[in-house]
Amino acid sequence: MTIVSALIALGILALIFGLILGYAAIKFKVESDPLVDQIDEILPQTQCGQCGYPGCRPYAEAIANGDDINKCPPGGEATIKDLASLMGVEAKALDAAHGEEDVKKVAFIREDECIGCTKCIQACPVDAILGAAKQMHTVIEDECTGCDLCVDPCPVDCIDMIPVSETTSTWRWQLASIPVKQVS
Amino acid sequence: MYSDYESIISRLNEGRLWDFPGGVHPPELKELSNQDPIANIEIPDKLYVTTKQHIGVQGSLSVEVGDLVLKGEPLTKSTNPFSVPVHAPTSGRVTAISPHVSAHPSGLPELTVQITADHKDKWCPLNPILDYQQKPKAKIVEAICNAGIAGMGGAGFPTHIKASPKKNIEFLIINGVECEPYITSDDRLMRDHAWQIRQGIDVLVHLLSPKIVIVAIEDNKPEAIEAMQVACQENAKYLVCSVPTKYPAGGEKQLIQILTNREVPAQGLPVDVGVLMHNVGTCFAIADAVFSGKPLVQRVVTLTGAAFRKPGNVWALIGTPISHLLDIGRYKAKLQRQRKLIMGGPMMGFDTLSDDVPVVKITNCILAPDASEVAAIGSEQPCIRCSACADACPASLLPQQLFWHSKAKELDKAQEYNLFDCIECGACAYVCPSEIPLVHYYRVAKSEIRTQQQEKDQADKARERFEARKERLAREQKAREEKHAKAAEARRQAMEEKGNGAKDKIAAALARAKAKKQQAESANAVEPAEQIASTQDTKKDKVAMAIARAKAKREAAKKTEPKETITDSPAEKAEVADSAEQIKKQKVAAAVAKAKAKREAAKKTEPKETPTDSPAEKAEVADSAEQVKKQKVAAAVAKAKAKRLAAKKAEEDKSK
Amino acid sequence: MKFTLTSSPHQRVKRNTGQVMRLVMYAAVPGLIAQTWFFGWGALVHFAIAALTVVITEAALLELRKKDFELAIKDCSALLTALLIAISIPPFAPWWITVIGSFFAIAIVKQLYGGLGFNLFNPAMAAYVMLLVSFPVHMTTWSIPQALSLYPTGFFDSISIIFTGYSSDGYSITQLRTYIDGYTLATPLDTLKTAISQNLTVAEAIESPAFEYQLGAGWFWVNFAYLIGGVYLLKIKVINWHIPAGVIGGILLLSLAMYIFDDGKFASPLFHLFSGGLMMGAFFIATDPVSASTTNKGRVIFGLGIGLWVYIIRTWGGYPDAIAFAVLVMNMAVPLIDYYTRPRTYGHKTEHKKTIAVKHIDSQDKSE
Repeated sequence: MTIVSALIALGILALIFGLILGYAAIKFKVESDPLVDQIDEILPQTQCGQCGYPGCRPYAEAIANGDDINKCPPGGEATIKDLASLMGVEAKALDAAHGEEDVKKVAFIREDECIGCTKCIQACPVDAILGAAKQMHTVIEDECTGCDLCVDPCPVDCIDMIPVSETTSTWRWQLASIPVKQVS
Repeated sequence: MYSDYESIISRLNEGRLWDFPGGVHPPELKELSNQDPIANIEIPDKLYVTTKQHIGVQGSLSVEVGDLVLKGEPLTKSTNPFSVPVHAPTSGRVTAISPHVSAHPSGLPELTVQITADHKDKWCPLNPILDYQQKPKAKIVEAICNAGIAGMGGAGFPTHIKASPKKNIEFLIINGVECEPYITSDDRLMRDHAWQIRQGIDVLVHLLSPKIVIVAIEDNKPEAIEAMQVACQENAKYLVCSVPTKYPAGGEKQLIQILTNREVPAQGLPVDVGVLMHNVGTCFAIADAVFSGKPLVQRVVTLTGAAFRKPGNVWALIGTPISHLLDIGRYKAKLQRQRKLIMGGPMMGFDTLSDDVPVVKITNCILAPDASEVAAIGSEQPCIRCSACADACPASLLPQQLFWHSKAKELDKAQEYNLFDCIECGACAYVCPSEIPLVHYYRVAKSEIRTQQQEKDQADKARERFEARKERLAREQKAREEKHAKAAEARRQAMEEKGNGAKDKIAAALARAKAKKQQAESANAVEPAEQIASTQDTKKDKVAMAIARAKAKREAAKKTEPKETITDSPAEKAEVADSAEQIKKQKVAAAVAKAKAKREAAKKTEPKETPTDSPAEKAEVADSAEQVKKQKVAAAVAKAKAKRLAAKKAEEDKSK
Repeated sequence: MKFTLTSSPHQRVKRNTGQVMRLVMYAAVPGLIAQTWFFGWGALVHFAIAALTVVITEAALLELRKKDFELAIKDCSALLTALLIAISIPPFAPWWITVIGSFFAIAIVKQLYGGLGFNLFNPAMAAYVMLLVSFPVHMTTWSIPQALSLYPTGFFDSISIIFTGYSSDGYSITQLRTYIDGYTLATPLDTLKTAISQNLTVAEAIESPAFEYQLGAGWFWVNFAYLIGGVYLLKIKVINWHIPAGVIGGILLLSLAMYIFDDGKFASPLFHLFSGGLMMGAFFIATDPVSASTTNKGRVIFGLGIGLWVYIIRTWGGYPDAIAFAVLVMNMAVPLIDYYTRPRTYGHKTEHKKTIAVKHIDSQDKSE
């Protein structure tokens, strides 16, 4: 008899706690970003396709499905580190097959050589090149992600990738610029 | 906490002020340089006027190299509400417009107009506004803008924006506090030109109509206080306040707190609490601009520090390289441990990277301290959490928490501790017993955060554009498909309607097209170009064919014979063209030919064409605009190809 | 020509960490003199032993951690720890007590936590507590004031006792603690505690020769000397008033309340203030910046907490004095105190307002 009542009591208790837990799970549900969005947030959005996917979002989807995290040269070490901590995997070195980390560049069209073929306009993943057929094209520098995709299609090789130079407004204080000696 | 106007005024009239938390008392050392009136100095041979000397947008250049300019002539034009022009500081010739080391902590080169002075110092025609009270306010604001006046206390904010606020102003505060040690430029300016400063204040009062004007001066400048009191005594609305000496009392936020007990909201502006602040130097410049029409071409610069044998204040033209000022102040390099010239004061100034750095509108001091005056670049010791920094912080921040987080790159934590409310006054680093360069850590963290934010913004923008493009492509694709479907449908219907008649028409059209094609092919067949092309791969073949086709057409139209004599290389032939038009054409042709020659060389095949038949020659006979264009395309394509081929070959060679 | 590039400010005060630590040690001199006067040379001898131990320990550990130990020694923080240990432990404690304590303070409490600035606990007090728990007998046998002792001890006696356990005349520590009339004398706080546990009143307890004018004999003057040193530290702005005021205020409040409630069972506030290591604790130990709270409001709370704990442990706890325990307990609370006492930043309405948006203006906006 005691066993029965104990079992009933325990059963009821279990039921109550189960209900509470279930209620809490619904009530306090945390709306988290889907994984793909979080990964996409970390990627540098150059849309360069060096990872082998047509843009950052497709690569984010691939990572979510288990692809390697070290295929993004524009993001470099920092992006790999962030991805590693998000995905809970170990950070690896950048996969050299996809390119090497480089300084930030923007495309520049040597305008007197441009023949107005619009091939680069079609190649640009972020619509950062302005122009029309048989008209000279130009790159909107602020919008250019430096992805390199417009260079190959150009039939006259008039597009250069120019490293972004430092100006007083983009200059940053560096810790190393003053000789701080650490002791103990 | 927010004191109302009446209580503030009654308290000010009693001679009582508020206080701000923290602050430090570094040795003032003002007497080093404030003994003599501001001296006029000789004009340097070369002046370097940086085109952007304020916070905001750079104006567009309005002079060219070689131009003769008169003193006061604008060198840039204001193109945006946030841009102010710069002016020629003296008469002379523009000898260069190029990047030059800037008056910025980084010393990175900025676009600079270099003027070689003719030592005549001749003014351009000036338009003073004498009856400013009768003129519309917009006119005066415009004059201030065109005079290139930007806040002369240190930040360089365009003054005309601060002279036309959208909100009501209760307090107009004239900042003559000059709390940084050593600097005496404002002190001397108030002593020597109190009257003109007051005139500037009059103009500002006319523009802003504040309830009261407070001229705030630190109590270690009794002569300046007296001079300003005398200058302002006629107007009951002008109150000269003596502020207790404490660094950084001259900080905008701190001075507002001292005088009104109001705090500027964290992301706000002084106008949000009914206050506007202008520096005495700015007032002086406004008076100059309005009453004599002179733009801002000179400012008071304090030359001080023990390494100057003759310290003092001078009127320096904007653009004067500091090496010139070093000569004037009789700078002795050997008195310093190592060369160190600080632009600004010892608390907030920055090291200049070279002595070519020019004086800009915000340069108030050149400090050349001797070995005993500056802290030796010490060794940073561990923080002992003594909180001396927190006690000194005028913004009630917790500097050591900011330090931990900045150092550990926990940027979000640092922001949580209000990193961006730090005014970088340096009081914390000044008192730190462990000699930690705290402000430096904050600057690094701040710029890191700003960069991250910018990168994030850019990435977001790129993502948006990428998505938009994808959508657009999909839309276009869909539209095209629909159109095709519609067209096909229409055709089908039309066919059904017209029956055989339509079919006949189509057949006829097809036949016509075929005939045309055949004709073209037969025409091409006679072209030697095709023969050459046929030896090459198919892709090139096509291009060559297109070029050849174009040429054939042209030839048929003109039927003129080439005049050149036969030479061995097609490139040489190109040289003999005479008219300008021909030169252009010829160049293109030459390029094509060159490309071809190169290609040939690469292939190591013998050139098969006879010189007269070379496409380069034929190209010369073309003349219509259409043709030229086409040719250009062809030439460019050929050139590119040649380049690529050469590269390929080089690579091949290398691999061999 | 390129010049050197440093970040502003280019000036700084001349007082560095080493100077701060040295000033604190100078301020302890009056107290040290008083302690020597009343309780013999023990404190000085222990200081010598402790100083040697801490310097060797610190140098060895920094060498192991591959850091430059020369500057760390020069900053005098380890010497200050040695001084605090030396004046906290009983004058006749054996030499190895000091050695173990000093080693523990530097090696375990300070360096293992990351060195100066990273230690959670006050090294001297953590060492004291460790010693008290490990060697309760040695750590509770305080000598009695020289004037009251049957056998006053000289300098060489002190050395002899510390190293051999017997004075140069062959007296044991127990003998040395004998009062003129032949009884062993305890410290005033001990005496009071024992008396009250035997249901005696405070008035009866202070009849004991360990008291003088209702205050601890000798102890009052030692505390008074530390108070003078503390006031000097306040005056030269090495420490802030917040923590000492908190400690004194805390103990004063509670002891006054209890004294008014029942003056038969609870000693007077004045007795509490000038007993044991209170003044030394308030001005020299609780003010250790590394392990104390860092905000002004937090410091007052930190001090008050110490004062309350000292009184509570003295009155109801198992130990006669409690500076060390109180300080350690409050050390643990520091992160919490700091978090909740953040000052209101200029221009912010609430104290914990989080800045979300990044302000993109140059913050060098000094006047205009």
